[in-house]
Amino acid sequence: MTTLQKYLTALFFLFAISNVQAQTVMVAVAANFTKPMQEIAAAFEEETGNKTVLSFASSGKFFAQIKNGAPFDVFLSADTAKPLALEEAGLSVKDTRFTYAKGALILWSPKPDFVDSQSSDVLKTDQFKHLSLANPKLAPYGLAAIETLNNLSVYEDVAKKIVMGENIAQAYQFVATHNAQLGFVALSQVMKQGKLSSGSGWIVPKDLYSPIRQDAVLLKKAEHNDAAKALLDYLKSDKVLAIIESYGYSH
Amino acid sequence: MFSDANLTAILLTAKLASIVTILLLLISTPIAWWLARTHCRAKVAIEALVAMPIVLPPSVIGFYLLVAMGPEGPVGQLTQALGLGTLPFTFSGLVIASIFYSLPFVVQPIQLAFENISEHYLEAAATLGASPLDRFLTIALPLALPGFLTGGILGFAHTVGEFGVVLMIGGNIPDVTRVVSVQIYDYVEALEYDQAWELSAIMIAFSFVTLLLLYLFNPNKRKLA
Repeated sequence: MTTLQKYLTALFFLFAISNVQAQTVMVAVAANFTKPMQEIAAAFEEETGNKTVLSFASSGKFFAQIKNGAPFDVFLSADTAKPLALEEAGLSVKDTRFTYAKGALILWSPKPDFVDSQSSDVLKTDQFKHLSLANPKLAPYGLAAIETLNNLSVYEDVAKKIVMGENIAQAYQFVATHNAQLGFVALSQVMKQGKLSSGSGWIVPKDLYSPIRQDAVLLKKAEHNDAAKALLDYLKSDKVLAIIESYGYSH
Repeated sequence: MFSDANLTAILLTAKLASIVTILLLLISTPIAWWLARTHCRAKVAIEALVAMPIVLPPSVIGFYLLVAMGPEGPVGQLTQALGLGTLPFTFSGLVIASIFYSLPFVVQPIQLAFENISEHYLEAAATLGASPLDRFLTIALPLALPGFLTGGILGFAHTVGEFGVVLMIGGNIPDVTRVVSVQIYDYVEALEYDQAWELSAIMIAFSFVTLLLLYLFNPNKRKLA
């Protein structure tokens, strides 16, 4: 064999071996779960030697892409409806659907002392011009915000002040840039290590909105992908529970 | 034929594009004239600045505008000092953002038209005693008319097709900032594909007719600007 041939043969075996040992999981992650998933994926890779490729977008976009043949193995949605619809369309593996996280809502302002951590009274004042929330038609967090406003009987008063982000990330962006003085955002966006990372906020009591359940599902393409199944199991582990709780989610 | 929501979005988009086009024609004329006639060294730098929105991703423009026009940004501080409040989430905000975003599509065709006018005509008129304003209004403007038509059509069409910038600074308010492109995006995200189909089809028909008009007016210049 020439040197080149030897080299190529070695290279071929190298690839062959790495293919056997580690598998790659392509994961479609709902935008609101970006930060915890990066941490979870890093821990998963370290423990199992598998590789993950993470894509972040809104669940609606992923749904359309998966329906049209996107190459994802696992889908972490921001709601329960889309994984269910994929299962009904035969695009996911049956009996793999489960709730990997429950989201929490917070009324938040980037200004310190603007929102009383014990009450929603600021909503009844005229100290704010715009109230930012995610589009309730598209995002479960937006729907939860509307439910909360209705249950507090202030919806009519603030309706004219509402501005909507396409998703919870944009709702946060409007407030974080001070364009809206107040906003309903995901607790996970403003919480780090169990504390508010900046500003002031009122964590909305759970009885004011329906649970924001986020479901995961194994997609048809990954029916025989052991690494993808391992990742789904990993999402149910205590270690992951601790990570997602530190970001303001619960199981 | 259309749902109320779709009709509202269509009318709002038409209103936005019409206002922006008229303002753009007024703003672009002096800029294009100066760029076409000047020998100033700063010319290339100004040309590059005007053309920036062509190459910048709309998300970049939208994000910078959101920050700049916000209460802490320089534009926001100015508008607040003038008692106008802040611009994001308002129709005026969309108008200003669209003017910035569509500027090169109007300036460039008009500039090209001005550049194609021979100095000889203007010099001849000058020797006959025509004032600079006279020469501009009676010679340059009529000769550059095709450039204005092209610029107007492109500016209008480009504003109608705007999405990323509106998404960033609009806040999706019905009848204020929810234009057709945002409405379509909402339908797709909400899995209401039938509705998305209907509005998208209208956009495709509109784009085709617009470009058809453009080429009818400029049968010899197949290249846009």
